[in-house]
Amino acid sequence: MTDATASRSIDTPGGPLDPARALGPSPTARFFRRMRGHTSVMFGGSVLLLIIAVAVFAPLIAPHDPYEQDLFKRLLPPFWMEGANPAHLLGTDNLGRDYLSRLIYGAQISLMIGICTAVLSGIIGTALGVTAGYFGGKVDAVITFIITTRLSMPIVLVALAIVALVGGSLEAVILVLGLLLWDRYAVVMRSATQQARSMDYVSAARAIGCPTWRIVLSEIMPNVINNLIVIATFEIAHAILLEAALSFLGLGVQPPAPSWGLMIAEGKEFLLFDPWVITIPGIALSILVLAVNMLGDGIRDVSAPENRS
Amino acid sequence: MLNFALRRLLLACLVALTVSVIAFFLVRVSGDMAIALAGESASAEDIAEIREAYGLDRPIIVQYADWLGKALQGDFGESLFFPETVWELVATRLPVTLRLAMAGLVLSLLIGVPFGVIAALRPNSWIDRLAMTIAVAGQAIPSFWMGLMLMVLFGLFLRWTPISGDDTWVHFILPAVTLGYYSTPPIMRLTRSGMLEVLQADYIRTAYAKGLRPMPVLFKHALRNAVIPVVALASVQFGHMLSGAIVIESVFAMQGIGYLAWESILRKDIAVIQAILLIVCLFYVFLTVLSDLLNAWLDPRIRVN
Amino acid sequence: MSALLEVQDLTVDIPLSEGVLHPVRGISFSVDRGETVCIVGESGCGKSLTSLAIMGLLPKRADRKAKVLRIGDLDISAASQREMAHVRGNRMAMIFQEPMTSLNPAYTIGNQLEEALLQHRNVPRQEARERAIYLLEKVGITGAAGRLRQYPHQLSGGLRQRVMIAMALMCGPDLIIADEPTTALDVTIQAQILLLLAELQREFEMGLLLITHDLGVVARVADRVAVMYAGQIVEQGTAQEVFERPLHPYTRGLMDCIPIPGKTKRGGHLGSIPGLVPSLIGDMSGCAFRDRCVYARSECASYDEMRDLGGRRAYRCIMTPEEAEAAGQQEQAA
Repeated sequence: MTDATASRSIDTPGGPLDPARALGPSPTARFFRRMRGHTSVMFGGSVLLLIIAVAVFAPLIAPHDPYEQDLFKRLLPPFWMEGANPAHLLGTDNLGRDYLSRLIYGAQISLMIGICTAVLSGIIGTALGVTAGYFGGKVDAVITFIITTRLSMPIVLVALAIVALVGGSLEAVILVLGLLLWDRYAVVMRSATQQARSMDYVSAARAIGCPTWRIVLSEIMPNVINNLIVIATFEIAHAILLEAALSFLGLGVQPPAPSWGLMIAEGKEFLLFDPWVITIPGIALSILVLAVNMLGDGIRDVSAPENRS
Repeated sequence: MLNFALRRLLLACLVALTVSVIAFFLVRVSGDMAIALAGESASAEDIAEIREAYGLDRPIIVQYADWLGKALQGDFGESLFFPETVWELVATRLPVTLRLAMAGLVLSLLIGVPFGVIAALRPNSWIDRLAMTIAVAGQAIPSFWMGLMLMVLFGLFLRWTPISGDDTWVHFILPAVTLGYYSTPPIMRLTRSGMLEVLQADYIRTAYAKGLRPMPVLFKHALRNAVIPVVALASVQFGHMLSGAIVIESVFAMQGIGYLAWESILRKDIAVIQAILLIVCLFYVFLTVLSDLLNAWLDPRIRVN
Repeated sequence: MSALLEVQDLTVDIPLSEGVLHPVRGISFSVDRGETVCIVGESGCGKSLTSLAIMGLLPKRADRKAKVLRIGDLDISAASQREMAHVRGNRMAMIFQEPMTSLNPAYTIGNQLEEALLQHRNVPRQEARERAIYLLEKVGITGAAGRLRQYPHQLSGGLRQRVMIAMALMCGPDLIIADEPTTALDVTIQAQILLLLAELQREFEMGLLLITHDLGVVARVADRVAVMYAGQIVEQGTAQEVFERPLHPYTRGLMDCIPIPGKTKRGGHLGSIPGLVPSLIGDMSGCAFRDRCVYARSECASYDEMRDLGGRRAYRCIMTPEEAEAAGQQEQAA
């Protein structure tokens, strides 16, 4: 513009031509600034942090032992209904165990499964995807075939079958789901790597004889890490829901563990007269998954809006 | 196009073969099938007898080939718990599941596509935000819990629908809604983003410049291009519904293959498990091919040349 | 005889978060039947929006106003979208810049051509088909009948643009508006398309409003020229008048920048206009060119009138015609 810009010297600090100002805040700082302004991220993130805090501090927060049964206090209703017992804010289940405590400890299970599964499947999927995307050719063809085969399998059915065969437990669920849920990672990381690989800075690195592992780690990974984080959040939610479904069917975490899915299964018989037994853990699951999804949506909007579907 | 189709089919066959191998070995790796067949109180001799009778002492490759060969002829063996053969079991139960999945898909399309279109026509309006909020919220609710809640509300309190079984079409309403609501958000989002993108296209401007009114532009020109990816997504979602049927059929006690699968898994009825696994996987393979072919057929840029 | 297209005081305002954008500010010009009028200007001067404004194809939030906006005997200054739909493609047709993306990839050429006619005339499909074949041949496409069944992606850019021209002609419009029709095409094809447009215009006795940034195109086909800058017409007249005796400093600057066959001397220097186009947001007053003009005076800050010299010759500058001519001759001598 033909305004007074030209009259300022290049060294004027804080002026429009100040080089430091041209550099601006670092990418990380800008990233977090944008995150803070984004409702989804703030809301989802804070709820998630809250739930994580609840899970971590469960032994301190929970009023009772989640496994302690008291058959004289079976099926006490929560505090907003009549006949409630103030010692059990959310009532008790059919074996007299305090529901609030079970709910709190249940958060541990859901979060543990969600995060561990996401990490395990993330490692597998990313390894496969990046390898396929970087090397291309035959390697890509083989890995794509593997991905296609995996996509041709119904996860719930396969997971059920495997868990039934090896026996249900927390570790079994994590292992099985981790070994099955890597497909989205693989697909997205593959295309992201393909894009990154075609960039000039990768050609430059190869031209100076940079070893492959180094290129992957320092040139490719930083650019695909956005996608990775977004996928990871959605896969956490996915794993949480799957574990709940498996436990609900009796083929996930085994009783007497306070898995929310299991609690819903156990409360099924009392649907008619005590619907709160299944309502409460269901709401807890929904809130957790919603928070994770919102966080993922927000991160994606901020860092990789082109992937919005 | 023909070339494309043939290549896809060849790939599909390869995948199907691989999947059959997995379906077979997955279950066999579990434990000794002979022990499962013999039961808990069998002696070592009984077990050995059974092993020989069922050909379980042959090399595993031979067993696989035998199983696959028979399967291709429709012979999946016999169930441990039902009098019918596995084939008969599956054949009678499969229609229920297919009907349920179809109903779920139709529902999610009937709601997802129109809402996606409306949201795209009025981006960032209250209706767009509402649709997106419901979409995000919907994805967070576990399907089996949703099913139970609907059952309580409509079946028990309001008594508008039956709570279990699969005899009449009314029995399918709640399960279909439960299956369908999870697929509605992705369909809605894809329709919305597809429409938003298409509406920016130059050929839409050309259509208006020719004097076309908004309705024909929307339906004839925009939607036709925007739905191409949605059709592909729908086939994939159908596959997910087949999978989700396991949980839903259990909740609503419907006699489909999902429920059958669950029962059989609990009871280690291996022949049934293998058969259902194979059939569902083959369906998935078929659906993937179908979605690729539909995608190609709907887009003249792929179909012609 | 009154003009085919009459535009007086056309204004387009677009409210943005930073303020109101004024891309088109009080444009007035006319196009006669059988004449080619070129609107020429650099990117961002508002010429494309002018054409969209005339067709009624502006985005919803844009606000269009005009004292007179008339095609033939039809007043379209206050027409609703429904009324405009009857006019578009029918009395006036438009050809766009990007032939590669202006046709719907999902339908055949024939389908899209016939649609243009069937939208406005109640004729059997067969008749529409025949008209399409006739026009495809007119625009120089061989094997027209076979082409009808083809899809857009099967045709080259030049062919697609010819199809667009045929499509514009389907209803026999009185006026064709062509927005940079050759910019996206190869140089060799450009000449063909321009020639084609000129022929068709003569044969069908239409008016042609051609938007372009390329003075070479103007020199080749224009009967009359309107030079646009920062949302206003700064000079207009016949092509001869404007090229031989440009009165506005911007027009002269433009001609200096670009080699024009027949005008630029061999071995001469090409000029440039220093500075940037002013912002079109917010209140604007005075001459928009004054910050870049060597003849600027203090009065230019409040002068914004069009000097009408009669015979549709006009220019927007504080300098009198004599001063302007003197300035022009001085520049020539330099």
